[in-house]
Amino acid sequence: MAYSEKVMEHFANPRNVGEMEDPSGVGEVGNSKCGDIMRMYIKVEGDVITDVKFMTFGCGAAIATSSMATELVKGKTIKEALTLTNKAVMEALDGLPAVKVHCSVLAEQAIKAAVSDYYTRQGIDPVSIVGVLEECEDCHDVEEE
Amino acid sequence: MELNGKKVIYADNAATTSVSPAVLDAMLPFYKEFYGNPSSLYSVGNAAKKPLEDARAVVAKCLGALPNEIYFTSGGSESDNWAIKGAAHKMLKQGKNHIITTKFEHHAVLHTCAALEKEGFTVTYLDVHENGIVVPEELEAAITEKTALVTVMYANNEIGTIQPISEIGAICKKHGVLFHTDAVQAVGNVHINVKEQNIDMLFLSGHKLHAPKGVGALYIRRGLVLPNLIDGGAQERSRRAGTENVAGIVGLAKAMEIAHETMDEKNLKLRRMQDKLITEILKIDRSRLNGDREKRLPGNISFCFEGIEGESLLLMLDMKGVCASSGSACTSGSLDPSHVLLAIGLRHEVAHGSLRLSFSDVNEESDVDYIIEVLPQIVERLRAMSPLWDAIIHGKEIN
Repeated sequence: MAYSEKVMEHFANPRNVGEMEDPSGVGEVGNSKCGDIMRMYIKVEGDVITDVKFMTFGCGAAIATSSMATELVKGKTIKEALTLTNKAVMEALDGLPAVKVHCSVLAEQAIKAAVSDYYTRQGIDPVSIVGVLEECEDCHDVEEE
Repeated sequence: MELNGKKVIYADNAATTSVSPAVLDAMLPFYKEFYGNPSSLYSVGNAAKKPLEDARAVVAKCLGALPNEIYFTSGGSESDNWAIKGAAHKMLKQGKNHIITTKFEHHAVLHTCAALEKEGFTVTYLDVHENGIVVPEELEAAITEKTALVTVMYANNEIGTIQPISEIGAICKKHGVLFHTDAVQAVGNVHINVKEQNIDMLFLSGHKLHAPKGVGALYIRRGLVLPNLIDGGAQERSRRAGTENVAGIVGLAKAMEIAHETMDEKNLKLRRMQDKLITEILKIDRSRLNGDREKRLPGNISFCFEGIEGESLLLMLDMKGVCASSGSACTSGSLDPSHVLLAIGLRHEVAHGSLRLSFSDVNEESDVDYIIEVLPQIVERLRAMSPLWDAIIHGKEIN
């Protein structure tokens, strides 16, 4: 298994890493048992995501996909951010090894979880806008052990 | 060591080792001049026959065995498949269908036992407890009249703990049960005597002790006849046919000879390095040493750092020029962290943050100093971006 140069570059120099003071929304996905947790903070002004921060516990791909996802949604409208797919994150990183695809899924879900939390804080039911965030199937298997 | 002009500290000698210059020198004539088939009559071939038998005598001597009890193989996995399956099938004819092993054997042994379970054998997997050591009394209690074989590793590959092999050998002898041990990590690092320790079968692998990959040996006690592994020519007393890997075998014997001559001196140095590294690294908050502090191989050290994941740790160490390994799920290609770390009772999230550093005599004390300098910084950097660490230090609920 080898990572692309882009993955290694984002892993070595992650963008938008850290906590955020007074975020508009926070989303956390994954679990410690599986070895991946991603937490995304967003700051929303109007309908634009003006700032994003992440914190990730996980492998090189987990950190790189988190970093790339923050770059891809920063400055975008919420509507645009919700169209972010794991595939787009992978492509932007010049691909991921097959066993690491789930990291990109987590990155997509972390963004959606943060947007859901933003709507919830606004008193708006997020389900009709963001949809139901599904548990990572792999993680589910582990929990059922 | 340098790679592409960059200084590299190789701290993964439990995975594999470099071929030492003396070993390579011993091997080269068998590629260049004495390349003939040892079974041939003419001198180019015949010249390889004596070195082959000399090598067998050297390997036997290092183990306290007789030369005709040593069978050369391609390495560890082949050897233990032959020994375990061969012994199990032999004993089944006497109505014995039970095997005793441990929860933290190498997969080469565990998966071989699993294959036998599919055939109908019953396998008992002994606990190895928090210190990573089998309790002989528990092993004895697991023996039944159906027990064919006990297979317990000499020293664990991931956490380095050394098992009470002499006690287990005595118990097996008392109950008339065959005793097999995986000595891949132990050979060259501890003094072994198969006769005194009542070991019936033992296997080793060349590439763990500065011989090349693709060569190993299986000791089978005289009088114990296993089914042939490979039928064919008369090589290896007709039990494992195929033209011998002469150069590899000569290299293996040379490496074992050197390891045995230098073992005590080398271990003093490695113990010093180990003690220093453990003392300094355990100063890191919420770090732990895996396995018993004393009963461990001198070159093997396994840590866990809470709140971080092992693969990230390895990548960052690699960027600093340090080669190491981890039992995290991400490095194993599965979702579960190492079965060894789970067997010593670690929670999944702690086992994910594991790091194994393994040294040999080619390492210098300055390697340890460098690791002591860079490792705490890396742990701190990864923790600074970890929501799990944030939860741990603030006592928050963790998913």
